[in-house]
Amino acid sequence: MNSPNSFRTQPDERGHFGQFGGRYVAETLMPLVLDLEREYRKAQADPAFQAEFDDLLEHYVGRPSPLYFAPRLTEELGGAQVWFKRDELNHTGAHKINNCIGQILLAIRMGKTRIIAETGAGQHGVATATVCARFGLPCVIYMGAEDVKRQSPNVFRMKLLGAEVIPVTSGGATLKDAMNEGLRDWVANVHDTFYIIGTAAGPHPYPEMVRNFQSVIGKEARAQMLARTGRLPDLLVAAIGGGSNALGLFHPFLDDPGVKMLGVEAAGHGLDGDEHAASLLGGSPGVLHGNRTYLLQDEDGQITEGHSISAGLDYPGIGPEHAWLKESGRVDYTAVTDAEALDAFQLLCATEGIIPALEPSHAIAAVKKVAPTMPKDSIILANLCGRGDKDIFTVAERLGVEL
Amino acid sequence: MTRLSTTFAQPRPALVCFITAGDGDTAANLDALVEAGADVIELGMPFTDPMADGPAIQSANLRSLGAGTTTADVLRYATDFRARHPQVPLVLMGYANPMVRRGPEWFAEAAAAAGVDGVICVDIPPEEDDALGPALRAKGIAPIRLATPTTDAARLPQVLEGSQGFLYYVSVAGITGKQQAQIESIEANVARIKQSSDLPVAVGFGVRTPEQAAAIAKVADGVVVGSALVEICGEYGAEAPAKLRELTSALAAAVHGARQEQAA
Repeated sequence: MNSPNSFRTQPDERGHFGQFGGRYVAETLMPLVLDLEREYRKAQADPAFQAEFDDLLEHYVGRPSPLYFAPRLTEELGGAQVWFKRDELNHTGAHKINNCIGQILLAIRMGKTRIIAETGAGQHGVATATVCARFGLPCVIYMGAEDVKRQSPNVFRMKLLGAEVIPVTSGGATLKDAMNEGLRDWVANVHDTFYIIGTAAGPHPYPEMVRNFQSVIGKEARAQMLARTGRLPDLLVAAIGGGSNALGLFHPFLDDPGVKMLGVEAAGHGLDGDEHAASLLGGSPGVLHGNRTYLLQDEDGQITEGHSISAGLDYPGIGPEHAWLKESGRVDYTAVTDAEALDAFQLLCATEGIIPALEPSHAIAAVKKVAPTMPKDSIILANLCGRGDKDIFTVAERLGVEL
Repeated sequence: MTRLSTTFAQPRPALVCFITAGDGDTAANLDALVEAGADVIELGMPFTDPMADGPAIQSANLRSLGAGTTTADVLRYATDFRARHPQVPLVLMGYANPMVRRGPEWFAEAAAAAGVDGVICVDIPPEEDDALGPALRAKGIAPIRLATPTTDAARLPQVLEGSQGFLYYVSVAGITGKQQAQIESIEANVARIKQSSDLPVAVGFGVRTPEQAAAIAKVADGVVVGSALVEICGEYGAEAPAKLRELTSALAAAVHGARQEQAA
């Protein structure tokens, strides 16, 4: 691949990131996604839309989120300075709300009166239910039946917020099956329904749109880092399921050649077996859920079930922009196991008094490996994309503690 | 003349019957459909994530994959069908990923060798069809596109461009096997499509009974029945061929006779 002049101009007008992305949807949905793209372009060009988005992020979500230097973790690891972008302090406890605010404003602008979404860990479901309550729109959340069991506190939160949570029992009953059901609902209710996709995947314009809404993370972090240290970080680290928190952090830095980036996939029980959710490192290109990207699949193109201790990373695909960033060489990708993520989870609790979600625990596990290899004057910035309250039951079980 | 064009050149409307490959005794089920009067066979390629399908066909996909069905098996069912039924058009229907996994050219070549006449790929719209469609046409296989109630006049020419065999009009905005559209809406949309195209138009989604099929056959060139047949495969297992024969006979009589009844 030729090295582009800028890494920040993707996708092309057809929604392609190199050979990835696109609009692989049934004909019934094509006019809808084309209409969505037109409306999104108009909203992007409308200062009033951006102003309302910014206002809600400031006063409702609580942005900007802090940029935090982690002194005890840095000392413990004995190498690079470790800094965190504290998106776990957002309203609802994760980065997901940034995107939901943007998409519900677009839905209202388009005159849609019903919201649907899929959710894995439940963070996106909670964020969607939250904005629906805030704007008074009915909300249906599709969630794999397995995830409903694993994430019961989030199910209760969604219900408190007025959402209808529909457990999906088809397939493996996890996130990909919830997304199938979301697409089925959308195709049957195209006249009044807006589908708030939770990650930077799906048919164009979703990958671009979600990335843009989440880029507030990287824009803030870049300005905050310059203000605090007078320089840019040497390395960005973020966990990847579908990849929206990572793109949100990375995208504003992509044309800063001195800033390296590391995306961290879930290696589950290890990349040498089948029990992982690392689409980039352990998968191959294919077509699913509206886009061409890296997938976990067998030789016949059947999608295989991902596995991760983190329900939020347990997805057999990845946003198409990550597939492109991998092939272009701009971003490095690695994977950490359930056990490594669990260790990192406990390390952050003990050193910084922060209980992270299991998703960013994967990023912290990667930081733990790489920080000691870097000089003490170098800077790592990791995205703390969610808080761990929702995961304490999973963690307790893995640690053999009865609650 | 291709097998598809010969079939649609007949004066009577065509009955298109869908079942999922590898769900029960596929050869026996296909023979039952043909013997009972199906004019075109639409054979579903199972996929783990059938996003456009309702519960009946989702379950059939999972039953088939659970029984270990592979792409090689699907192609073998097609090859064997072609040997037993040299004249009956056979269309493969499925999702993009299994079709492009080994490359569109590989798939087109393998399908042609198996005697397949057409391919319906649910999730490759015209905008993304720069590889599979050309590969199929190069091997003499008709890429059969879908038009829906949301396919407006501005968009229809794009859908028709490169379509061959017949156009599949999806009568409801929704998934397979659910509610049926009003016949007035079907009639108006089929008429609209036929103004822009010489392709035969077959109508499907939500067609379950001979009465519904007859009403559609009055206004379209073909009627597609899927979920009702697939449910029989799921419910009756080894006894399915007899039950399929029963329903298909009734559907065929209704479809083939629809316009005579109208004329009388």
